[in-house]
Amino acid sequence: MWAVITQIFPYAIAFTVPLLITSLGGLFSERSGVVNIGLEGLMVVGSFTSALTISGLYPAMGSAAVWIGLGAAILAGAAFSLLHAFASINLNANQVISGTAINMIAGALTVFFARNITGSGNIQIVSGLSRRSIPLLKDLPFIGRLFFTQTYTTTWLVLLILLAAWFLIYKTPFGLRLRSCGEHPQAADAAGVNVYLIRYIGVLFSGAFAGLGGAIILVTYSGEFNGSVAGLGFLALASLIFGQWKPLGILAATFFFGFASTVANVSQVIPALALIPGLVLKAFPYVVTLIALVIFSKSSQAPRAAGEPFDHGKR
Amino acid sequence: MKIRVSREIIVALIAVVLGLAAGALFMLITGHNPFEGYTYLFRGGLMNIERIGNSLATATPLIMTGLSVAFAFRTGLFNIGASGQMLIGGLCATAVGLTLVLPQPLLLALMLLAAFCGGALWGLVPGFLKARFNVHEVVATIMMNWIAYWTVYYTVPAYFKGPYLETESRKIPEYASLKVPWLTGIFEGSYVNLGLFVALAAILVIGVILNRTVLGYQLKAAGFNRYASEYAGMNVQRNIILSMTIAGALAGIGGATLYVGYASNMQIGVLPSHGFDGIAVALLGSNTPIGVLGSALFFGILHSGKGFMNAMTEIPPEIGDTIIATIIYFAATSVLIENGLNALQRRFGQRRAQEEN
Repeated sequence: MWAVITQIFPYAIAFTVPLLITSLGGLFSERSGVVNIGLEGLMVVGSFTSALTISGLYPAMGSAAVWIGLGAAILAGAAFSLLHAFASINLNANQVISGTAINMIAGALTVFFARNITGSGNIQIVSGLSRRSIPLLKDLPFIGRLFFTQTYTTTWLVLLILLAAWFLIYKTPFGLRLRSCGEHPQAADAAGVNVYLIRYIGVLFSGAFAGLGGAIILVTYSGEFNGSVAGLGFLALASLIFGQWKPLGILAATFFFGFASTVANVSQVIPALALIPGLVLKAFPYVVTLIALVIFSKSSQAPRAAGEPFDHGKR
Repeated sequence: MKIRVSREIIVALIAVVLGLAAGALFMLITGHNPFEGYTYLFRGGLMNIERIGNSLATATPLIMTGLSVAFAFRTGLFNIGASGQMLIGGLCATAVGLTLVLPQPLLLALMLLAAFCGGALWGLVPGFLKARFNVHEVVATIMMNWIAYWTVYYTVPAYFKGPYLETESRKIPEYASLKVPWLTGIFEGSYVNLGLFVALAAILVIGVILNRTVLGYQLKAAGFNRYASEYAGMNVQRNIILSMTIAGALAGIGGATLYVGYASNMQIGVLPSHGFDGIAVALLGSNTPIGVLGSALFFGILHSGKGFMNAMTEIPPEIGDTIIATIIYFAATSVLIENGLNALQRRFGQRRAQEEN
């Protein structure tokens, strides 16, 4: 059993990290009071942008192109999320519909452009990130084998962002304003907080992080843009709820989903798991989310004002 | 009231025009000629009887998913799970069609019934969770989508595997298809099938339910204000469950029209885009059955014409989906269009007043 766990652990972490960063982006948006169902589409935008950048720059720059690609994905995701911010903050649009539109535009438009470039609609990158082990720490008993061997640099980057996000949300004036806009925007407004600005920042964060998440999928385990991220954006949304809109809760939820999905993916080659029907393993995360929603329904920590347009005149 | 309705149509038409303009812009950016592109797009959808038939056939599942989304919307519920409900409906219809051997009318009726029940079940679960536990239906239906996706992914190869490929089901026999020879003959060999008549009947039935029955009145009341209708003594919990169940059933039948009408087998690993297009259809049709019919036909033309356009020009077929997605965005931000209209009205109103002086 131990051997199996150490074998699948790197895959589970590789799968968790893009979920984690995207879900964290959703956290900023929803805590500011804007529901962002367009995370899936924003990930696709990130994946497309980084694939385009990396495949274009790689011949000239080598592996530095990968990092420029990640940066480009962050910018593109943030820029694309402005569409959602404008609709839901300035125009009081239904945020779920606007988010759905974001998903559909992203999925169609990126493949449209990709087909113009490559003909097939897929963009492959020559080389992504390579795994490396951390010296010294990898020799620690037990955890060294699990956490410090065969890791991607992006994993550590995302964990750093997680810590920074926790600090930003709970320990800074900005974080307090962000949370107050999601709980009671009228009160925040009365206290002199610019609700529109804070909500814009929240949505931009979600776009930037989701873009990064899509790009991480590309440079770590997929290696090819194909117009979809296979529902990971929706799974990130589920993780956000499962983690009850808290950074550490999200870490736990995404790791749970990452591990469960990896187990489902490798179940065929592990005798102990091959007995369980594939359907059960694959549907497991979604069923668990539904059950969790029921359990948390009485004591949900959802931001009170999430999904409601802010209206100056309303009290 | 009459003025408001015509205004909704104007806003919808402007959203369509803006979507088409955005499509033209994307064609220009990628170095294509938009006039040529649109000519071939609409010729591909309407050029001859066969292509008109194909447009109708493409519109059929969209009518059903559009109705599904619109119906739930009138009760204040957002059914984003029409795709999953379609998959389950299609799976149930396929299962019946491949298993039972019965006289054709009876078999087709049973298949539609199976699709109805499958879709209804997939709507009932989120409806129940919403009514009983106040679980947000958007998240619940998204989860149900993926559960449906994996259900089809594992059920089809296990029980209905095709002769050549692991990834698709056996072809349903001719007598179990909604595509019947006489109808195909009228439309010169197109994909049009009996599903079209089912969809038209559904529009009538939903129109009657919403506008002429107590149930419809109660559902709409719950959509306008849940608490007010509760206070008035209506059973809102039951109505929410019923609304999602009917919405699911409609999308389930939509799945039957797609998988045992338009197509003749099920592919695994595909979440049909019709569920999301249905949101666009409902929104553009301002959630009325007639509006749904109109916008579904329009999207049917776009979808069935894009292949022809792709064959005649270098423009990728995804432009069709891009246009539809952009139209949803403009429909969602209709406040912008309304403000523009108001400004125009004011300006022209002033000028008229000046001229009169």
